[in-house]
Amino acid sequence: MSKTRRISCLAAAASVLALAAAACGAPEEEDNDRGAVPDDATDCANYEQYGDLEGETVTVLGSIRDAEADEMTEAWEYFQSCTGATVEYEGTGEFESDMAVRVDGGNAPDVALFPQPGLMSNFTDTLVPASEELTALTTEGWTEDWVNYGTIDGTLYASPHSSNAKSFIWYSPTFFADNGYEVPKTWDELITLSDTIAASGTTPWCAGFESGGATGWPGTDWIEDIVLREGTDLYDQWVSHEIPFNDPRIVAAIDKAGTVLQNEDYVYGGTDTISATAFQEAGFPIQTGDCAFMRQASFYGAMWPAGTNVAEDGDVFAFRFPETNEGDNTMLVGGEFVAAFSDSEATEAFRQFLASELYHNARLQTGPWSTARQGVDPANATTPINVFATEILTDPAVTVRFDGSDLMPGAVGASSFWTGIVQWVDGDKTSQQMADDIEASWP
Amino acid sequence: MNISAYLDRFGLLGLGLVAFAAVLLALYGLAELASRRDRNRAVAFVFLAPAVLFLLIGLVYPAIRTVVMSFYDSKTENFVGLDNYIWAVTDPDALQILVNTAMWIVIVPLVSTALGLVYAVLIDGRAGEKVYKALVFLPMGISFVGASIIWKFVYQYNGAGGEQIGLLNQIMVWLGGDPVNWLNAQPWNNLLLMVVLVWIEVGFATVVLSAALKGVPLEIVEAARIDGANPREIFWNVTVPSIRSAIIVVAVTVFIATLKLFDIVRAMTQGHHGTDVLAHNMVEQAFRLFERGRGATLAVLLFLLVVPVVIYQVRNMRRQEMETR
Amino acid sequence: MSTRTAEQAAAQSAARIGETRGERLRRILSSRVASVVAILIAALWTIPTAGLFISSLRPDDDIRTSGWWNFFADPGSVSLYNYNYVLYSDSQGGGLIINLINTVVITIPGVVVPVAFAALAAYALSWIKFRGRNVLYVGIFALQVVPLQMALIPLLSIFSSGLHIGGLTLIPAWDLEGVNTLIQVWIAHSIFGLPLAVFLLHNFMRELPSDVMEAARIDGASHSQIFRKVVLPLVTPAIASIAIFQFLWVWNDFLVGRTFAPGEATRPLTAVLGDMAGTWGFGWTRLPAAAFIAIIVPLVVFLLLQRFFVRGLLAGSVKG
Repeated sequence: MSKTRRISCLAAAASVLALAAAACGAPEEEDNDRGAVPDDATDCANYEQYGDLEGETVTVLGSIRDAEADEMTEAWEYFQSCTGATVEYEGTGEFESDMAVRVDGGNAPDVALFPQPGLMSNFTDTLVPASEELTALTTEGWTEDWVNYGTIDGTLYASPHSSNAKSFIWYSPTFFADNGYEVPKTWDELITLSDTIAASGTTPWCAGFESGGATGWPGTDWIEDIVLREGTDLYDQWVSHEIPFNDPRIVAAIDKAGTVLQNEDYVYGGTDTISATAFQEAGFPIQTGDCAFMRQASFYGAMWPAGTNVAEDGDVFAFRFPETNEGDNTMLVGGEFVAAFSDSEATEAFRQFLASELYHNARLQTGPWSTARQGVDPANATTPINVFATEILTDPAVTVRFDGSDLMPGAVGASSFWTGIVQWVDGDKTSQQMADDIEASWP
Repeated sequence: MNISAYLDRFGLLGLGLVAFAAVLLALYGLAELASRRDRNRAVAFVFLAPAVLFLLIGLVYPAIRTVVMSFYDSKTENFVGLDNYIWAVTDPDALQILVNTAMWIVIVPLVSTALGLVYAVLIDGRAGEKVYKALVFLPMGISFVGASIIWKFVYQYNGAGGEQIGLLNQIMVWLGGDPVNWLNAQPWNNLLLMVVLVWIEVGFATVVLSAALKGVPLEIVEAARIDGANPREIFWNVTVPSIRSAIIVVAVTVFIATLKLFDIVRAMTQGHHGTDVLAHNMVEQAFRLFERGRGATLAVLLFLLVVPVVIYQVRNMRRQEMETR
Repeated sequence: MSTRTAEQAAAQSAARIGETRGERLRRILSSRVASVVAILIAALWTIPTAGLFISSLRPDDDIRTSGWWNFFADPGSVSLYNYNYVLYSDSQGGGLIINLINTVVITIPGVVVPVAFAALAAYALSWIKFRGRNVLYVGIFALQVVPLQMALIPLLSIFSSGLHIGGLTLIPAWDLEGVNTLIQVWIAHSIFGLPLAVFLLHNFMRELPSDVMEAARIDGASHSQIFRKVVLPLVTPAIASIAIFQFLWVWNDFLVGRTFAPGEATRPLTAVLGDMAGTWGFGWTRLPAAAFIAIIVPLVVFLLLQRFFVRGLLAGSVKG
């Protein structure tokens, strides 16, 4: 037996041992914020309207994976056991290309959870429009802003699923209480407070745009938040390209973001670290008192290290991105939309189920989640930040606008906008150059 | 774990294998029948039918479809002539992709083959040669996705001051420098991605070239030495020419693999920060940006880049044909 | 002369040549420098994989906060938790055991079918005389470069809606569901593996001595008999090496599996790897263990069968 052979046999033996050792039993699941399906959602009487779907299967494709997917499918369990239908969920990290291949190949899933409504418009030829019942459920369940994002050319195709509030600024309530600071209500108050904190020797802001291949997206949210507060009309025109990307008002908004992001006195670690700081960990210095603010969506609540008390009176929490104009009440949002490629009875029933108050209330309780579904009780959410987000999202008085980079064409929203903002924050491009270059890349 | 889940899958496997055995038997019977009548064409037909049928459906038809699509717009509705090709050679982003691809197909085959040759020479006849070979050969068995995860632990970057978990940055810190966000650092990030492919391909080059080295006839080397050639001259004038065809096979194989490279870019940078290449951007255009015409055009460019290799292969075959006849 | 003795003779002379060349080389580069360089390259090539293996054995927090080399300073914390989790957890981020089985079920026919069909085709292309033989061979060779990605949609649409020309149905829709969709993956892998397999096997079969073939013909053997009794035994090493090549390719494939076997239940291992980290990438600490599970099988197969692989590769391609 040669030496190589002997080494390879050893390697084989070692690996078999490793697998066998691992086989000592299923692992214990961590149980952080997991809740349970509430009682009314376990009662089959509430599912009678969907009829008997014994033997039917609904395939679902979405970008939600891992623990979140477990919590989501848990909320679907009673739909399955009560109607007899089987729901097969598949989570993918390559949602866009998987969808494109499967739809073009004639093998579309029955239901798709689109993370960007803009992407849906590429599939209108094959999408099944909402039925009358579903349209009624959706218009009753969501505000007009939301319904519009599920509508293409006047036809409703999709009802919203989860929603998250993006116009959030994270801070430390303890740090604020210790120093007697108050949550700012306007942009000017925010800047004044930032100056105060900077003068006291603490860098007020944390920021991190690094996100692997999607590096830059946290920066696009910054610009969107500011443009939205200059006026919802301006925001809509900008997103739909009725005005060019390098419109003077947009350039001014980028400059305004620069008063924070390009201010050496403001940014923890220096502005040149922003593009290379992972967004997931960018806010951690808030806990240690090394910075005071970070702008990031409500889902950031799940990213704090284990043991962090995320609550209004806890270690960290978020306040709403302040308004520029008196009387405005806006919120930048993200979320999924439920679209279908099949008109089978089970698919229709499942779509109606996903649009129902029953489901949204149940899903709020199976794990950290937020929704804009009218009629749910925000207090059902499992974490304080999701209670807060759901309260805002379900408030009809709030004007919501969807994340603009998700609505722009992919060549901009998932490409040149990202790279542009990175070059800008690195100081390689001025606001004008960045806007000009992005405008040039608009297809 | 659900036992029936295992049974389902292995049952299917068993059934599939039995069905396939039946197909092979049927083919063999048919070939035998045709052979009895000594009709070469009929026998050739039976032998070739399964492969040709598969290839027609799975590759020839898609290839033709792709060529046609490259002359149409993003929805394959309107004929646009050469617009997509003009885009590919004039648009700055597209040009960047072509330049990157050109760098890849020059650098990776060259470096992989050269390193493989040097290593093969260095370990030739050395004690433990097989172990040396096996160590370098290992990465060939690793998937691109696996390789990307492996290299994440090399290139990973944590902000200055933080604990580094990427080996390269830890080395930077040990040497007293600052950590660098390698994968965002243009244009060097391109080279760092190439390193991953070189890492995979060198083993292949080493093994093939090392075996070829052992086939160099001793007499020629002896004759050269008697003629007074120094070792370097022997290496360049005797050894390298003797294994020339092996070197070319290695370079061509690596060249094709490089041209088709998709996964490493996908998993490590998704083509951002100026690292996009032809095969990756083709997928990006076709499936994420819904520019089907452009995606198809990039695919056609990919075919065209391999045409010289095909021509070379054809000539090679002709030459052999001459030699045998 | 039997092939076995020829092989042995070749091996002996190769060893002799190797030694003398070794001596010569030690004069070119001083032996010590050569040793150092060789060891350095070997180490550089091994370190990344070793890092992955060590990472896979460390607890989550350690992976997240410190480099794997710290393991040597503090080797106390070895944990199989991640292996356990990724293999057996019921969560979406685990349960790889079923994907591992999918990969096995996909790989076996995914190797056997194309290699068998390629052997038949390569024989016809090398030893049966018929018109258009060379054109066909060059065509098959050229198909190696068709980008796989462009073939996904047409092939998928044949499976899901059939192939029709005008009103004529050439291939009906397959309508496979659940586990049965794995059949589509077998066929896709068989198709995509064929060009290279035909090319390599053809190169190899052409090198067989023609007098052996002639003798068999004169004895009255038919093509199918020659193929089975003469050619197959002679090309076994080549078939083994091509099978290993195809095995590596199928096992490591990422796109074909996730396209043709959609659904959580039928995905192969590699297709799941990239998605394991979760929606926000927090589970990335599980990746080393998952990746190691995915690479250990091909590595072991590879190391054990290396000899065949090299031999077949050489005979088949070096002369071409």
